[in-house]
Amino acid sequence: MHNKSVAELSRELERGEISSVELTQQFLDRIKQEDGRFNSFITVTEEQALADAKAADEQRAAGNATPWTGVPFAHKDIFCTNGVRTTCGSKMLENFVPPYDATVTGNFRKAGAVCLGKTNMDEFAMGSSTESSYFGATTNPWGLSQGDKRVPGGSSGGSAAAVAARLVPAATATDTGGSIRQPAALCGITGLKPTYGRVSRYGMIAFASSLDQGGTMARTAEDNALMLNVMAGFDPKDSTSIDRELPDYTATLNEPLKGLKIGLPKEYFSDQLSPAMEEQVRNAVKEYEKLGATVKEVSLPNAKLAIAAYYVIAPAEASANLSRFDGARYGYRCDDPKDLMDMYTRTRAEGFGTEVKRRILVGTYALSAGYFDAYYLKAQKVRRLIQQDFINAFKEVDVLMSPTSPSPAFVQGEKTNDPVTMYLEDIFTIAVNLAGVPAMSVPAGFVDGLPVGLQIIGDYFSEARLLNAAHQFQQATDWHQREPQ
Amino acid sequence: MQWDIVIGLEIHVQLATKTKIFSGSSTAYGAEPNTQANAVDLAMPGTLPVPNEQAFRYAVMFGLAVNAEIERRSVFERKNYFYPDLPKGYQTTQLERPIVGPGYVDIDLASGETKRVRIHHAHLEEDAGKSLHDTFYDELGHGMSGIDLNRAGTPLIEVVTEPDMTNAEEAVAFAKKLHSIVTSLGICDGDMSQGSMRFDVNISLKPKGSETLGTRTETKNLNSFRFMEQAIAHEVERQMDILEDGGTIVQETRLYNGDRDESRSMRTKEEANDYRYFPCPDLLPVEIDDSFIEEARNSLPELPDARKARFMDQYGLNDYDAGLLGGDSKLAAFFEEAVSHGKDAKLTSNWIQGEFSARLNAEEKTVADSPISGAQLGDLVVRIADNTISSAGAKKVFEALWSGENDNVDAIIDAKGLKQVSDTGALEAMVDEVLAGMPDQVAQYQNEEDPKKRKKMLGGFMGPLMKASKGQGNPKLFNEILVKKLGG
Repeated sequence: MHNKSVAELSRELERGEISSVELTQQFLDRIKQEDGRFNSFITVTEEQALADAKAADEQRAAGNATPWTGVPFAHKDIFCTNGVRTTCGSKMLENFVPPYDATVTGNFRKAGAVCLGKTNMDEFAMGSSTESSYFGATTNPWGLSQGDKRVPGGSSGGSAAAVAARLVPAATATDTGGSIRQPAALCGITGLKPTYGRVSRYGMIAFASSLDQGGTMARTAEDNALMLNVMAGFDPKDSTSIDRELPDYTATLNEPLKGLKIGLPKEYFSDQLSPAMEEQVRNAVKEYEKLGATVKEVSLPNAKLAIAAYYVIAPAEASANLSRFDGARYGYRCDDPKDLMDMYTRTRAEGFGTEVKRRILVGTYALSAGYFDAYYLKAQKVRRLIQQDFINAFKEVDVLMSPTSPSPAFVQGEKTNDPVTMYLEDIFTIAVNLAGVPAMSVPAGFVDGLPVGLQIIGDYFSEARLLNAAHQFQQATDWHQREPQ
Repeated sequence: MQWDIVIGLEIHVQLATKTKIFSGSSTAYGAEPNTQANAVDLAMPGTLPVPNEQAFRYAVMFGLAVNAEIERRSVFERKNYFYPDLPKGYQTTQLERPIVGPGYVDIDLASGETKRVRIHHAHLEEDAGKSLHDTFYDELGHGMSGIDLNRAGTPLIEVVTEPDMTNAEEAVAFAKKLHSIVTSLGICDGDMSQGSMRFDVNISLKPKGSETLGTRTETKNLNSFRFMEQAIAHEVERQMDILEDGGTIVQETRLYNGDRDESRSMRTKEEANDYRYFPCPDLLPVEIDDSFIEEARNSLPELPDARKARFMDQYGLNDYDAGLLGGDSKLAAFFEEAVSHGKDAKLTSNWIQGEFSARLNAEEKTVADSPISGAQLGDLVVRIADNTISSAGAKKVFEALWSGENDNVDAIIDAKGLKQVSDTGALEAMVDEVLAGMPDQVAQYQNEEDPKKRKKMLGGFMGPLMKASKGQGNPKLFNEILVKKLGG
């Protein structure tokens, strides 16, 4: 049962072969038995899940089912869930129970999906390894059999590990600089970061508002499409969400790929990439050629500036976004503050972890009088150049393909003391967020028994095309079906 | 030494929208603390601002009313600082690209001159909440501070002038004119006691005739015209004392205490925050197109300058009366209602500026709280004009209307027997009788040659005549009869 996709489970529920209550109980039992090894969940909402499953079964019986009615899944603990604590991986919000739903969580609720709990993540989504969580690191299900505790990537490492370990068939995630694609790649699953503005950010705790985008994680491209059907759409509560026609993302999955023009950005096949990784990615591209696609080299000349620009813009926005965590109204407050300044400084010193504090300091510095032009304004100019690179590339080709990460999952602790090396994990993913275009990571092979991800980048609002390309690849390969031992 | 005073103003105007600038919470004043603060106002995690279109419409109307350019693309920025009444840790405001560009307002001065005060810009922003100090106590009796976020997120426009004013009179005239404009537009309720308009005054001094501006101070949060006038006088004197003693002015923000007429430094330039402004990534730039501006233009009501001109033209009021009545939209409406009943515009104007205003002031009421309607005052004016009652009688009628004793002018006149006797025969008889009883005064009057003195002596007969008529004789007719009987 736990190997089945959302699409398969949905069909079985529809045919009455299993009830949502049974299904939900099976997955809850599995989480209880297995998650001790992975720590992929921060909170498991057993009681609520079973109640929701019962309601879903009644809804199916009444004939009002959606494809999601009764299907179990999980939310990254960055999406606010009414009545269920939402921590964002931080001590600051350890006891925070929102009295409202994020638009995304509300959409899944309305669709009748059964949320089993909230998954682990880097604190405030700042990280590439899910090691900065206040609730402990998450371990990648891959590599354990070789005796290594490896990172699942991050920041959505809890969602990725839970899906890879078959604890849930699907989970929501967010991506600010690669936080969906890189963990999807490192855990051997399929993830999609939609176009900026496609999925509402309301109720999704902000890291860097102009880059944050909610997205999907599952084992198959088809399940990603089913998720996006629920998540995407204009939201009047989010001024940056875009009012644009919403396709049925499952409808075009089976379009043939003949004539698909693939571009390989030469900057993404550089020395930073190990030969073994490159071989896997090039093999995947060859598979596409077999499916009728044509391939050419393209250039993203400013891609090399992406990390530098990102580490000005994202921390700058974060420094303001995280100011609200001041101990005054909700969340953590230090004991016995002696005055206002003491409350602010100790609450924030004690409530935030090292990486969050590092980024608040970097962002505060970049926005300071005398530095603003040299850092923030300059980074915004670079951002426009990078955007233009993608616009130019998509005049020549339909999609871009590259590795998702420079290397497979690394061992826990390996990069925690070297933030810059950690930041380079996102070298192939960050430019996509700066441009706002959609991108996926699709399982595309193994190096040393560890999954390798293929990144597919599309033009604005081309999610249907990306899902189609990923689905066709998955009809021809079985990398996405491999199960960690 | 002689000094030139240089004054610039920053005025916060609370916009009278029903809901907040970025959330659906009500902006009504006076509710229980924190009952008008939703998840967005409390800056709960993940919540996002949604702009209120009405605030933009009001800002555009304001811009048009002060002859300003409307920026087609304005940008909200975050102004970062920590304070408990600022839930997000930043204020969403505008800096580089404000919605209203340069404009101007003309003010009338007591000298009869008109002066132009330039507006540098006006921008949209959200108000902060309120800190309530020492209103709560812990179990040991220590005073604690409370936070009320009802006001947090109320839309404001901040109007920034050029340093064009040279004394308190001009600054107050400008402030009053701006008050008159925003209340006429209906974009602000103008209630300064509730903080609907708050003034910051920037003041510097320079040697008379000098081109170089001196160091300025900013006195913040003045919420009445009187305090503003006092604060300016106070600050000018303070700076002058320092400069004349050879000292230098420190650039700083000061707080003025109107009750004690004293001010203190709040923070100096060195202590000022680095607000780290940057464009708010949660809000797209505000695009204003021609049709939005045209709609706003078409919805503009009559503005004070236009109304003043009309009052002069339509009612024949003089410049002063028209400016005074036309300058305040509520007073203007009251006047027009009164004059539609009372006909005599000058007499109506006199009554509004006299008895009516005096009573409002004495009871600290505004026109809106007046117990007398414009129609009632108009009815009263009719009875004065047609000689039914004397001005003394009119005051009694006014009193009865004000106290609510009766709401009908004619009924009051009847009930109180205030109707004047205008029967010439009866009045002549009374005059004859009174004159007969005052032969010495009659002789004195008739021997006096100076017409001014004669006129004054006439008053000596009026007292006994009014007494004889039990106050009901028409004084005007008495006067005519007297002059005739006494031989001119």
